[in-house]
Amino acid sequence: MLNLQPLLDQFQATTSQFRDNVRVIVSADKAHSLLTTLKEQHGFDMLVDITAVDYLEYEGATDRFGVVYCVLSTETGERLVVKTHVNEPNPTLPTATNLWRGADWMEREVFDMFGITFAGHPDLRRILMPEEFTSYPLRKDYPLKGRGERHNFPVITRSES
Amino acid sequence: MVDSTTNSRSGLPDNVFLTTIDAAANWARSNSLWPMPFATACCGIELMATASSRFDLARFGAEVMRFSPRQCDLMIVAGRVAMKMLPVLQRIWLQMPEPKWCISMGACACTGGVFDTYAVVQGVDRFIPVDLYIPGCPPRPEQLIAALIEMQSKIMNTGTFDGREFAHRTQATGPVPLDLDEIRRAKEAALVEGLEIFQPPKLG
Repeated sequence: MLNLQPLLDQFQATTSQFRDNVRVIVSADKAHSLLTTLKEQHGFDMLVDITAVDYLEYEGATDRFGVVYCVLSTETGERLVVKTHVNEPNPTLPTATNLWRGADWMEREVFDMFGITFAGHPDLRRILMPEEFTSYPLRKDYPLKGRGERHNFPVITRSES
Repeated sequence: MVDSTTNSRSGLPDNVFLTTIDAAANWARSNSLWPMPFATACCGIELMATASSRFDLARFGAEVMRFSPRQCDLMIVAGRVAMKMLPVLQRIWLQMPEPKWCISMGACACTGGVFDTYAVVQGVDRFIPVDLYIPGCPPRPEQLIAALIEMQSKIMNTGTFDGREFAHRTQATGPVPLDLDEIRRAKEAALVEGLEIFQPPKLG
């Protein structure tokens, strides 16, 4: 079992726990060095997921976005959730692709859905939505039914096709 | 049978019959529909079931599923069509040779179904011409067979050799994009008291 306390002290992080789900909450500028330490010194060699949460108008929330990294040590089977917060305007985090190549598409997805950019990412394009899409659809201030993008296509009538 | 070799009224031999070229073309076309399976979701599974032995679409001459649009004359849009897929659908439709018809199969292809979200097209008939709609989620194979028979009778009754019947269809089959229903949707997304995030979409 990983002893969290030195890590928490080193990175001024806090921790919380739900059942066996251990979370480390760290500030955005220290997130990358914490991830580096976790990978290189504590054997968290697999990045399971990167996702984000929009806390707009969430009760008690102080930051707009939470970015969540789930890491796994394949040797011990231990899991850890690293969470960090970013804010508008221009929410940016350093990329994790230099640690885990698998972060590539996950960061593209977070960028596509939330508009959080990852500095140093090799190819930060939209991955799910079309290239010409202009919004970030999983942000809470984006309407569920869109802003009419789904109707913005040429119409092919029978007489002309 | 009065005369075994010539018809007494027309003076033609018995093994010759007269018809119009339209009727001959319609007969041939309606009995050899080659479907283009544009299957994107669970309707596609029903489409496969319809084509396979239990329901046997071959009984109606429509078993030749071609995965190249160049060899098809009946597009079956089976399943939801996302924003990113619609340009593909339109391109495939444009690549199909004339004459061609389109069946919109299932609730999602017809109206978007339960997927009233930013990414799903609310009915393919807004953007490509549709001849027949099949309701259902997903429709039973019997419904698809019924639609195919209906399609055959439509071709038999309205078809022409050179496709003249298509010329008058100058409007989209479905609602015009951003028409009344989208404005209605915008009004539905009214402000919720105390929650400023639900802004109705801005139109034009």
